[in-house]
Amino acid sequence: MSKPRVATTSLCGCFGCHMSLLDIDERILALAEIVEFDKSPINDHKDFTQRCAVGLIEGGCANAENVHVLRRFREMCDVLVSVGDCATTGGIPALRNLVPLGECLHEAYVAGPSVHNPSGRVPDDPEIPLLLDKVYPAHEVVKIDFHLPGCPPSADTLWEALNALLAGKPLALPYALLKYD
Amino acid sequence: MTTSVDTVVREACVSVGHDPTRLMDVAREVQARLGCIPPAAVDAIHHDLHVSRAQVQSLVSFYAFFDDHPTSQITIRVCDDVVDRLAGYDRVAKAFADELGVTIGQTTADGAISLQRTACIGMSDQAPAALVGNVVVTDLSAERARQVVAELRAHRDPQRLIKKLGDGNNAHPLVKAMVRNNIRQAGPIVMSEPRRGEAIRKAAALSPAEVIRAVKTARLRGRGGAGFPTGIKWEMARAAPGARKFVVCNADEGEPGTFKDRVLLTEWPDRVFAGMTIAGYALGAREGILYLRAEYAYLRAFLEDVLARRRSDGLLGRDVMPRRGFEFDIRIQMGAGAYVCGEESALLESCEGRRGDPRNRPPFPAQRGYLGCPTVVNNVETLCCVTRILDAGSAAFSELGSRQSAGTKLLSVSGDVSRPGVYEVPFGTPIQDVLALCGGRDATALQVGGPSGRMVGPADFERTICYDDIATGGALVVFDSTRNPLEIAHAYMEFFEDESCGYCTPCRVGNVLLRKGLEKVLAGRGEPSDLEQFEQIAKVMKAASRCGLGQTSFNPVLSSLQSFRYQYETLVAEPAQGRRRGFDLDVATAEAARIRAGGTQ
Repeated sequence: MSKPRVATTSLCGCFGCHMSLLDIDERILALAEIVEFDKSPINDHKDFTQRCAVGLIEGGCANAENVHVLRRFREMCDVLVSVGDCATTGGIPALRNLVPLGECLHEAYVAGPSVHNPSGRVPDDPEIPLLLDKVYPAHEVVKIDFHLPGCPPSADTLWEALNALLAGKPLALPYALLKYD
Repeated sequence: MTTSVDTVVREACVSVGHDPTRLMDVAREVQARLGCIPPAAVDAIHHDLHVSRAQVQSLVSFYAFFDDHPTSQITIRVCDDVVDRLAGYDRVAKAFADELGVTIGQTTADGAISLQRTACIGMSDQAPAALVGNVVVTDLSAERARQVVAELRAHRDPQRLIKKLGDGNNAHPLVKAMVRNNIRQAGPIVMSEPRRGEAIRKAAALSPAEVIRAVKTARLRGRGGAGFPTGIKWEMARAAPGARKFVVCNADEGEPGTFKDRVLLTEWPDRVFAGMTIAGYALGAREGILYLRAEYAYLRAFLEDVLARRRSDGLLGRDVMPRRGFEFDIRIQMGAGAYVCGEESALLESCEGRRGDPRNRPPFPAQRGYLGCPTVVNNVETLCCVTRILDAGSAAFSELGSRQSAGTKLLSVSGDVSRPGVYEVPFGTPIQDVLALCGGRDATALQVGGPSGRMVGPADFERTICYDDIATGGALVVFDSTRNPLEIAHAYMEFFEDESCGYCTPCRVGNVLLRKGLEKVLAGRGEPSDLEQFEQIAKVMKAASRCGLGQTSFNPVLSSLQSFRYQYETLVAEPAQGRRRGFDLDVATAEAARIRAGGTQ
């Protein structure tokens, strides 16, 4: 039987959740024994090679590209998991939801105290994906099957969750892995 | 402005004897005389009453009838309750706005008139209605709205807008309102022929314990909606330690669609005050407070006069029951426009001069209420029942109604009916009988008990109005087949979003989530999982909200979902390819595309 395939991505996140995944240390060897990584920053595969069992989503959706990637994940993965607080709630990037988009861009590219931008233009290259009006948590854009909270979820949390998921067992995280203060 | 802020505040503080718990009265007085409560007045009140600036500020910001900056000489508050919307609120509001040249929330350039919207003002039976200053203007049309503005521009006197006085005491020289009573079915208990002084005389022949027993024997339960046995509440307050106790009459009739207390206060005020007096005797209280909602300010002078008359007739004051050594007096506490103050503990907070934030319970008001003293808070109608029980006897009361619900209930009927108004019916009356009485032939949905009650469909019309079947505080809003239950629920959720005090998260956030969820479903972008989520949110709100508002405010959604599930289900669909139907990439990127195209930022 071929190994189940796992894909991961970081949308509007900080890659902290991916770092946390790498933080499982030597257990990554054991993980490589039981799964095959498909599209993921970990192996730098840019697109899916085939359908995957599990997709791990870090980060919410802040621009059109995030939305396309997330929709592609939904299309190609049997199970999607929102990993970390940005995917689950929008997280820190969603703080911009309190400010209208135009004001955000103006502050970032024109009026901010440390901005040097003699042209006074907001970047408008058509190659740059359009920003969304606000940052959306993943489950507001596509159907998400599971949420794994934490900023980031610890390596042990990710490890336990992945193992439970791949073994088809219910996930019972001990209190210590769900407590963040 | 001829008088200085300091003078106005000083005089207002003197009039309440510098009692800091009377902050509401001070604030009302300042608002009335200055047209607002500016920062300078907040400072002055802080100095004169020795209350913190924060307390004054929070009071001013909390109540709808207080402003912190000058608005205008005259404020027009157009009632935008659901019933008013059915009756043409949109056209009326637009006519006001066009004629004044402002939008809702603004003031005319000359500072003369400002236009606002407000929640139900208790005139659903003569909607659309508006408050112009303290003056109630009913049965509005777009044309009448334009006339109102023209007249106000000419004479600036809201009182002169009244052309024809209403019936009964609405035409009383101290009321002079165009409000109509619309009493459609009166009697035999609450709205019966009054026999002034009789109930108090009979109560005086009994001991306080015997009075409580009479109320318990009559099986009287609270008419505000919750149905708590009145006698048990009184007993708790009587047993509670403390020399000073209070009786509070809850006349903050704010549940949209309810107006029966308005009619009782207009036509049977003696019966209300007698009920308070009897309650005072029963539990050993010497002071009573009538908490009157700001929207009913037009009744205040009249009610004060009734109180004065009762004092001079020996029905209040020193001589109520001289042989029993019992004296009792009542003061009127005006509200300032906050729905949540109808919740008894929020009402007490308001009486003590604070924001209407509900209190944690226990202790219950009967244990620690107004000023920390044992306090009984009863509904206007409940107190009328008390008077009747003492006058006509417990048996005459409890022989009507059903087993668990003795007596009669006043219903405020409005909406799509040919005869809106107040109906007194025995408990146990089937809904369909009420519909036949009021001419609601085409009824397809019924909001029973106001927004916090429930929405029922034809399948439930055989059910009866009583505590153990369909309980209600009295509001019955009828909707015919042209109305969409989801839109009604949405309007009610907007109301709750406005009126939530914001103290606890389940209520503050839950109401918004439900309102937005309904919008999504109404826009055809809902999914079956949204309906499940509504139920889940309702569960959390019910379990975790701090007071009755949040514990019931999901009901428009939950009950319409139960009664009209098929209407929801036709609007929702499973997402294709796992893509959420509520998310539209084009809409979400429209703003960025506009900015990129060089639009203004």
